[in-house]
Amino acid sequence: MLESTVFVDEPVWLVIIKSAFVIFIVVTAFAYLLLAERKLIGRFQVRYGPNRAGPFGLLQPLADVVKLVFKEDFVPAGANRVLFVMAPVFTVVAAIGAIALIPYGDGTAELFGQEFNLVGADINVGILFLFALSGIGFYSLILAGWASGNKYSLLGSARTAAQLVSYEVAMGLSIIGVVMMAQTLSLVEVVNAQQDALWYIVFQPLGFLIFLVAGVAETNRAPFDLPEAESELVAGYHTEYAGLKFAMFFLAEYVNIIIISAFGATLFLGGFDGPFLPGFLWLAVKVSVLLFLFIWLRATLPRLRYDQLMAFGWKVLLPLATLNLIITAIVVALGFAN
Amino acid sequence: MDQAPPDIPRGETDRMIAEVEAFTPAEALARVREAESRDAERPGHREPMIVNLGPQHPSTHGVLRLITQLDGEIIRDIHPVIGYLHTGIEKQCENKTYWQAITLVTRMDYLAPFYNIHAYTQAAEKLLDLRVPPRAQYLRVIMSELNRISSHLVWLGTSGLELGAITIFFYSYREREKALDLFEMIAGERMNTRYFQVGGCADDMPPGFEKRLRALLDELPARIDEYEDLLSQNPIWLERTKGVGILPAEQLIDLGVTGPALRAAGVDLDLRKRTPYSSYEHFEFDVPLGTTGDAYDRYSVRMRELRESVKIIEQALDGLPEGPHIADDRKVVLPPRAELATSMESLIHHFKLVTEGFTVPEGEAYVAVESPRGELGCYLVSDGGPKPYRCHVRDPSFVNLQALRPMAKNAYLADLITMIGSLDNVMGGVDR
Repeated sequence: MLESTVFVDEPVWLVIIKSAFVIFIVVTAFAYLLLAERKLIGRFQVRYGPNRAGPFGLLQPLADVVKLVFKEDFVPAGANRVLFVMAPVFTVVAAIGAIALIPYGDGTAELFGQEFNLVGADINVGILFLFALSGIGFYSLILAGWASGNKYSLLGSARTAAQLVSYEVAMGLSIIGVVMMAQTLSLVEVVNAQQDALWYIVFQPLGFLIFLVAGVAETNRAPFDLPEAESELVAGYHTEYAGLKFAMFFLAEYVNIIIISAFGATLFLGGFDGPFLPGFLWLAVKVSVLLFLFIWLRATLPRLRYDQLMAFGWKVLLPLATLNLIITAIVVALGFAN
Repeated sequence: MDQAPPDIPRGETDRMIAEVEAFTPAEALARVREAESRDAERPGHREPMIVNLGPQHPSTHGVLRLITQLDGEIIRDIHPVIGYLHTGIEKQCENKTYWQAITLVTRMDYLAPFYNIHAYTQAAEKLLDLRVPPRAQYLRVIMSELNRISSHLVWLGTSGLELGAITIFFYSYREREKALDLFEMIAGERMNTRYFQVGGCADDMPPGFEKRLRALLDELPARIDEYEDLLSQNPIWLERTKGVGILPAEQLIDLGVTGPALRAAGVDLDLRKRTPYSSYEHFEFDVPLGTTGDAYDRYSVRMRELRESVKIIEQALDGLPEGPHIADDRKVVLPPRAELATSMESLIHHFKLVTEGFTVPEGEAYVAVESPRGELGCYLVSDGGPKPYRCHVRDPSFVNLQALRPMAKNAYLADLITMIGSLDNVMGGVDR
């Protein structure tokens, strides 16, 4: 068993400051991820991307938000009012809640003479908790599509449900390899285990690949963006959403991408582990690399068809993940791990 | 799902042709309701979901409306409804003199303006028994093929976009932009040019045009390689297009489908080879053919056609004959501008042509050209006056659209988008 890190109890005011700070960082990261994506895709597509609002288009996210805030906020006549309004709230809560689990530094630091942990909450079932939150996030997409009273939205939700089932399983199995090696479900412990040995991408390359593919599917990104395939379903589950409600879906989608990247970086790339630089910078670098990958994929690949997505999930990813799991189990049982 | 085309007997095909006629919205809805009430009585019946795709929908290529009966993700049936872009151009042509109508016909299939005028002017020339000088014929070939390139590039970009490949759109539009710049240079307009006139072309190539055109031609093969690098071997692209939208060649012929959609099924029908017009017999080029006729074959046929068009333009530029760019018939063709100041007779001809147009002998003529979408024919009836008695255009988009319904039955919803894209219908041409 690994040596356990020292955790200090934090007063409430510190927890609030910490959460506010982290949420602020992530929401800003969302805004600038959006800009970065538009800029990068612009470059991929031999054009400039947004460059009008502010220097280098840096105020573009602000302009987008202002536009969305001032849009008419309506509920379609055929919609189930309560669920229609609640769905975007669920999805944002689930997305933001997941941030609490990502460790962004080693051990503790001090603020106003009070020590605090460099993680929102170190739960001993952290990985499971993250999965639960992403499940709630998906649930809200299904609710949104169903509550809209729109056929395109409904089809989008049906696809979402199918996608969730197909890829959550493969993703879970790909992570169990890491869990077996680290002998823990706590994300902080996983990073600590990697600090002691090597990053798990070295031991689990297949697991990492499966995690990445499933992660792209989990976040509804191209080439797995079927729930919102615009050429078929107009905008999928959020067809009827406008203004701030739409902005919340948008926020959740991009925060989810950040979370999945941070999750992947934590599990396979050593999280905040790295020489010279402070931990959170290392984490930011690793997350950025994964985010770039997400954007690159979107610029390059066409979209899969619904049945092909299912076949890929069940017939390719799942067997591979199982194989990875069995091999890891044998290796761990023989005592080679760590 | 079993995509293999069923072996359709002759009578069945005829029935299907009768069924694929376009409906008015009321008729389509009535048919759907009738089918619903019929099915509802059957035991174990599953109510299909009716989704109205279009006329405002991101990927129906303009304003095509498809009333779609869905069983989950699978299409039970579709009812195409057209007419949302009806312009009445054919009818308006009857109120315009022959030379005025050219401006209108370019606006039918707005991605292939040169082909619209080419069919129309050739029909008028046939009625007038007017010979087009060789240089004008070559210029027409150059512009037509350049138009084929620009049209195919639009198709490539938009159908890629529909399948989620967003980048190809910008790549192909980058080159299309250069083709449009050349249109502007030679004709003054980027789209809807009226460069072809009855009797030849409006003007000769402006200075510098050939150099820019050759620069584009030198660049294009590498650019086409680039597109193919992105798509041809891409496993997702192959998965999405292979085996999608297959109809047997015989049924395609019965439905009147022409152009790349038919050639992809292996039928060697290209009017440039079958009934050469405008000196096409002088050029050496291959007619790309497919084997199965699926969406991938249509893609690959069009990609190869891009390369063939480059070859044809190069040959036409190399062998461009000297001579006038328009026929020397003062009763039909405007006199050169310079003559107006010196020749009274020219001034009279000019005035007569501009005010009342030229008269065309009584008769009827049908001329077809090979447009990027297939056989684009113009049927002109003249009653001997200066205006067409009837101008009918056989637009390949309209005819090819008929194939959509038999194709889409029992296909996935996502494949419907691939099929619409691979048929490459332009609603401006469908509704005329």
